[in-house]
Amino acid sequence: MKSCLVVDDSKVIRKVARRILEELSFETIEAVDGRDALDQCNRSMPDVVLLDWNMPVMNGLDFLIELRQTPGIQQPIVVFCTTENDLSHIKIALEAGADEYIMKPFDREIIEAKFAQVGLV
Amino acid sequence: MNSEDFELMRDLLKTRSGLIITPDKVYLLESRLTPLARRSGLEGLDDLVAKIRTERNEELITEVVDAMTTNESFFFRDKNPFDAMENSILPALRESRADRKHLRIWCAAASSGQEPYSIALIMKEKWEMWKDWRIEILGTDISRKILDKARRGLYSQFEVQRGLPVQMMIKYFTQKGDLWELSEDIRSMVQYKELNLLQSFDGLGRFDVIFCRNVLIYFDTDNKASVLDRMYEHLAPDGSVFLGAAETVLGITNRYKPVRGLRGVYAPTDAEGNIAPAALSLTG
Ligand SMILES: C[S@@+](CC[C@H](N)C(=O)[O-])C[C@H]1O[C@@H](n2cnc3c(N)ncnc32)[C@H](O)[C@@H]1O
Repeated sequence: MKSCLVVDDSKVIRKVARRILEELSFETIEAVDGRDALDQCNRSMPDVVLLDWNMPVMNGLDFLIELRQTPGIQQPIVVFCTTENDLSHIKIALEAGADEYIMKPFDREIIEAKFAQVGLV
Repeated sequence: MNSEDFELMRDLLKTRSGLIITPDKVYLLESRLTPLARRSGLEGLDDLVAKIRTERNEELITEVVDAMTTNESFFFRDKNPFDAMENSILPALRESRADRKHLRIWCAAASSGQEPYSIALIMKEKWEMWKDWRIEILGTDISRKILDKARRGLYSQFEVQRGLPVQMMIKYFTQKGDLWELSEDIRSMVQYKELNLLQSFDGLGRFDVIFCRNVLIYFDTDNKASVLDRMYEHLAPDGSVFLGAAETVLGITNRYKPVRGLRGVYAPTDAEGNIAPAALSLTG
């Protein structure tokens, strides 16, 4: 079973994402911001991270940059999932090492399609 | 809805578009046609059927057929067929057509364009292979309305996220308010034409590849066979036909056989019932 870390400061979004991911047979872990997500990754690296952008403490982009700069780890697939839906944000995210990008609102079909895109389903 | 009304609508849809409505799908008539009835200033479905019965108003009938067809489509739908296209079919055609440098591809139920554009995008991504070739991609559909949308190449945020890799999205689309517009470069690779699959294919010429995906599933066996058999006449002997994930030729026509190793891809058979050697080696 593959594991997915859902990083979002909204409890509602985490819950919706969890439901979809569990339907897609992912073991789902949650983090409330980038810092929390880095801690979780240190404990156990997920196969994929579903990542919000705007969060308190540490935002998604800073998390991604730090993650990608960490040597000697099994780098997970990172899929942004954010309300930032303009081209400039998307380009920044990809440059920082995101594998895919979901513009909110999302549903099961989009998660499934994007995860298929990166070879996860 | 009474049974006479049901039969009228069932027969109308079957003869006009091939769509089969079984009695358990009456709710589909109600949910899809009630809004149309209201928009036409009628009380509801019963009035709409009465109007069709008495007036045989072509414009209204076209709208009924349109409202009853499922137009759902997305980029790189099911992914597999497009991988087969990119990795097996197109490389093989590039070799076998090297002297003519001309390819003709037909999407026979093009809907809002995601399918023909996905093919165009695959080819554009490897343009050095095709740049001195003449590439024709024809998209046809019964619905004029949906073809207008295809031509515009404007997709919602939801549509561009279904199946389209983000790298392709940022490379070939620009943002227009809430919508995403496919570049003129890609749009101009596809020509669109209204065509009912139940009617003659005369004048279309011969194709190297035919995509006929997620439309035959709505037809009865006779119409499925008729469409596939007539397509055979418009397919190169070493060409291929792509069907949807829930569709097959088995039990419908023996003019094609599945290409081993490429799910959803079918090759035309010759008089002995064999498929072209080229099709056999496609997966190799
Ligand atoms: C579900 S869509 C499939 C689109 C695309 N091929 C795909 O697989 O994503 C079916 C399309 O078939 C078209 N269609 C239905 N009956 C047809 C007919 N008799 N002739 C031509 N097109 C037809 C509909 O208008 C609709 O756009």
